[in-house]
Amino acid sequence: MSHRILIVDDEPNIVISLEYLMKKEGFEVAVATDGEAALQQASTFVPDLILLDIMMPKKSGFEVCQALRADPALAAVKIIMLTAKGRETEVTKGLALGADAYITKPFSTKDLVAQIKSLLA
Amino acid sequence: MIRSRLTAQRLAFLFLLGCFFFNYPLLSVFNRGGDFFGLPPLYAWLMGSWLALIVQMAWVVERKDN
Amino acid sequence: MLQGWVIVLASFLYLGVLFAIAWYADRRADLGRSLIANPVVYALSLGVYCTTWTFYGSVGRAAASGIGFLPIYLGPTLLFALAGFILHKMIRVAKTNRITSIADFVASRYGKSQVLGGLVTVIAVVGVVPYIALQLKAVSNSFSILASYPDIVMPATAGAVPLFYDSALYVAMILAAFTILFGTRHLDATERHEGMVAAIAVESVVKLVAFLAVGVFVVWGMHDGVADIFAQAAAVPDVARRLATADSPAAYGTWGTLIFLSMFASLLLPRQFQIAVVENVDESHLRRAVWMFPLYLFLINLFVLPVALAGMLHFPAGTVDADTFVLTLPMAHQQEALTLLVYIGGLSAATGMVIVETIALSTMVCNDLVMPLLLRLPMLGLAARADLSGLLLEIRRWAIAVILGLGYLYFRVAGEAYALVSIGLISFAAVAQFAPAVIGGLFWKGGTRDGALTGLAAGFVVWAYTLLLPSFAKSGWLPDGFIAHGLFGIELLRPQHLFGLTGLDEITHCLVWSLLANLGTYIGVSLQRVPNVREARQATLFVGGAEAAGTPGWRSTAGVADLLPLAGRFLGLARAKEAFARHAQQRGLKGIHELPADARLVGFAEALLAGAIGSASARVMVASVVKEEPLGLDEVMNILDEASQVRAYTRELEQKSKELTRATAELREANARLRELDRMKDDFISTVTHELRTPLTSIRAFSEMLQEDPKIDLAQRSRFVGIIVSETVRLSRLINQILDLAKLESGRAEWTVAAVDVAEVIREAAESLTVLFAEKHVTLEFAGCEPGLTVLADRDRLMQVLVNLLSNALKFVPAGTGRVTVDAGGTASEVRVSVVDNGPGIQAQDREVIFDKFHQGATTSDVLTDKPQGTGLGLPISRQIIEYFNGRLWAESTPGAGARFVFTLPRQAGDNGAIPQGDSVPAGGRGYKEESPGGNS
Repeated sequence: MSHRILIVDDEPNIVISLEYLMKKEGFEVAVATDGEAALQQASTFVPDLILLDIMMPKKSGFEVCQALRADPALAAVKIIMLTAKGRETEVTKGLALGADAYITKPFSTKDLVAQIKSLLA
Repeated sequence: MIRSRLTAQRLAFLFLLGCFFFNYPLLSVFNRGGDFFGLPPLYAWLMGSWLALIVQMAWVVERKDN
Repeated sequence: MLQGWVIVLASFLYLGVLFAIAWYADRRADLGRSLIANPVVYALSLGVYCTTWTFYGSVGRAAASGIGFLPIYLGPTLLFALAGFILHKMIRVAKTNRITSIADFVASRYGKSQVLGGLVTVIAVVGVVPYIALQLKAVSNSFSILASYPDIVMPATAGAVPLFYDSALYVAMILAAFTILFGTRHLDATERHEGMVAAIAVESVVKLVAFLAVGVFVVWGMHDGVADIFAQAAAVPDVARRLATADSPAAYGTWGTLIFLSMFASLLLPRQFQIAVVENVDESHLRRAVWMFPLYLFLINLFVLPVALAGMLHFPAGTVDADTFVLTLPMAHQQEALTLLVYIGGLSAATGMVIVETIALSTMVCNDLVMPLLLRLPMLGLAARADLSGLLLEIRRWAIAVILGLGYLYFRVAGEAYALVSIGLISFAAVAQFAPAVIGGLFWKGGTRDGALTGLAAGFVVWAYTLLLPSFAKSGWLPDGFIAHGLFGIELLRPQHLFGLTGLDEITHCLVWSLLANLGTYIGVSLQRVPNVREARQATLFVGGAEAAGTPGWRSTAGVADLLPLAGRFLGLARAKEAFARHAQQRGLKGIHELPADARLVGFAEALLAGAIGSASARVMVASVVKEEPLGLDEVMNILDEASQVRAYTRELEQKSKELTRATAELREANARLRELDRMKDDFISTVTHELRTPLTSIRAFSEMLQEDPKIDLAQRSRFVGIIVSETVRLSRLINQILDLAKLESGRAEWTVAAVDVAEVIREAAESLTVLFAEKHVTLEFAGCEPGLTVLADRDRLMQVLVNLLSNALKFVPAGTGRVTVDAGGTASEVRVSVVDNGPGIQAQDREVIFDKFHQGATTSDVLTDKPQGTGLGLPISRQIIEYFNGRLWAESTPGAGARFVFTLPRQAGDNGAIPQGDSVPAGGRGYKEESPGGNS
């Protein structure tokens, strides 16, 4: 069974690239372009892993992460935070809020895929 | 005593006046023969101006306004 | 009738009366009803200036040089004209500082220096001894002449008479005894002698009456008035010469010198200082004395010249000493009573001088010479002795005896070589040496102890060499070779022609050199250093006057138990107790026992003692009782200095503290601002980073995918490459804008400013965007863009603003139905351009935020969910540009009804355009909307 991946980013081109990349790897993919849509998708689509951008309209990645972790039904969902801001505090904050990994943009596609696979293994 | 600065200054003026009266060159004016009411001019001048000076000094320090 | 015993009896009777007067005045003083608290008494007592020099000598002088006797009295007259400045100040200073003598005055002025006090004393004693000798000579001569009555026989020269037959010796002894009885019966705290002053005032009356009596007798008894005498004199060539003062410039010089000299003598002679300053009861008495004392001098000199001329007319030249005319003229006319009166007058002149002078000198010798020495000799154990008042009196008595002894010695040695007046002038020249230190000390704060010491010493040495030693030599007591040939045969050192100075009489000559040396070293040495604190304090007290006087600086205190016995030792216990009781009374206390042990009491005790033993010694004595070291003046000054410094420092500190508080607040504010700036910079960098990384992320992802997967189909591949290209463009634009903004913000942007037609720029900007508008099917309309809207700006930058605003509008309007209107108009002073769209509008809270860097209104505005393409730097850059040209850029919007960006620019002066008709745009957006209907379809 293929894993389900939810891509959350407000940057269309990044979404396109991630979607293409994940599909190529054989994952089932859903997309959300803002925080609220992300939470909605998370409950309906029930992904195994979420690629979560931090800087988004409506709800930031942190808020989404916090909300996800507060929902027992989604406790098993792996979360990888994606951010273009490479600040140490944000890494720490993300991890403290329950993210499983943290990847800085721009990322290496290989590393991203490897990271996803290791989390889903 | 000499409370008023003005009095002191008046006296100082008399001092200067006296210095002038009692010294060369004014003295040389009277240093000659002849007589002045029977007195030698120099003697008459000195005693006269001296007394006048004393009277002035008395007037300056004793006047009511000081 | 005038047998020897009669004369002796009359003399003793006279002295007895004097003594009775003194005793009575003292008694009255003790009862608190002073006889001498009277300005007339004060003025009369100043008549002590007139001694036998005046009484006998003036006539002698007049016989020798005509009017030349007069300057000695003109000088004091002039000095009293300056009383308001000098004498008044001296009295005040002396009272405040309990000055007891001229030596005390000088010592106190220059930091209470015992050495200085001693030197002044020595100079005074040595200088005044000839003057005392003069009195002895006059009295003994008058006695001798009178004794041979009715014959007129000049006395033999003193040296020729065996010692024990010399009447002068007995005169000296009697005067010594009388003075001792008179002046040293008890010690007084203030060193004032009321009885003596009363007696001196009486003596002044006696000698004046006697002299006037002789004058009246000579002028009207012997002649037909003054004019008669002068007429007779004019007939005799030898006598006529006396009628004029001078026949050479040198004589005028001498005249001036004598005026100058006598001016100082009437102030600085120990007896003058004693009477005028120390014995002054009330400084208001000085006012009367200002004219009364000169008047006294005038009266006593009134008949001098007539008497001298009469004597010369009466006695064949050379038979009778002119110094004795006053006595011999009445004798020659057998006027016994008048003769006796004249003798008594002469005696009063002599005794007055001798009494006051020796008392003043003995006080100085005791306080400033002997006591300091004795107190310093530990072997005598004086400091521990219970009662020193007896010792003090003893010292003074001996001092009186010794001084009169010295006077007699000088009389024996040198007295015969000179006329009375010449002897007196030697003394005058000696005390003139005090002038620089005293007068300078009163008016110049810069004088130092060293300066006063060296000045006095130098002046004294020159005086002794040019005047005193020659007087010995002329009497044959010294080899006179050095007078003619100079010391060691050096011509330049001839004492009366020092350094080749000739043409002056010996007094003027001495005065020139001694005062030159004195004044020169006094000032020169004083200027070697600044006065030390002790000198500076005294300088303040003396120069600043009594007002500046402070309390003596005693740090520690001592009680009555210590101080009363100390004062008692010098004053006698009874007198000390009285003084303490008075002090207690002054302080409003019931008695001595209530006196607190405080610094004021110590100060009082010191002042009390200063009266008895001088200020310098008093300080030492009080210090010994207070046990703890007295607070030295230096320390006082230091403390004062420190205190004022501390005060100043405190003020400064307070000031600084305030400044510091202010600075701290400013710093805190600046720090906050910096932190805010830092945070903003941090945010900015973080945002920039984010903005740069976002396109980079896409570029990298697509590039990697393309690289790793060569099998991607062509359509997909070209799509990916397209994305890469557009993201690259976005990245470049972003970088350019960041750099642009950085330039604008740092003020390093280059501007080409010129007159720009706004309408033209609008069209140009619109043209460059035509394709984009067409692609999105957005309508672009213009309103009022008439030519003639000229502003002063950089054309390219203005274009940049318009492109920004237009593309911004294009971004937010919906495709197809979008409509963007550019409206340009203006008033007389400004040009206004609006870019209106029918997009979603901007929330009220975002209207300013959108002008912040990288804010795209994204987080707060619901309508901006679809993140438009853009860097978020366009609006901030545009605002920077507009504001650079003194314009404003802002946004107006009703959410849901589109947005309206407006900027204004000041219209260029000399703009040809009047306001374009009808197209002037009102500020409100609504009116505009009505004007361009159909926008919101």
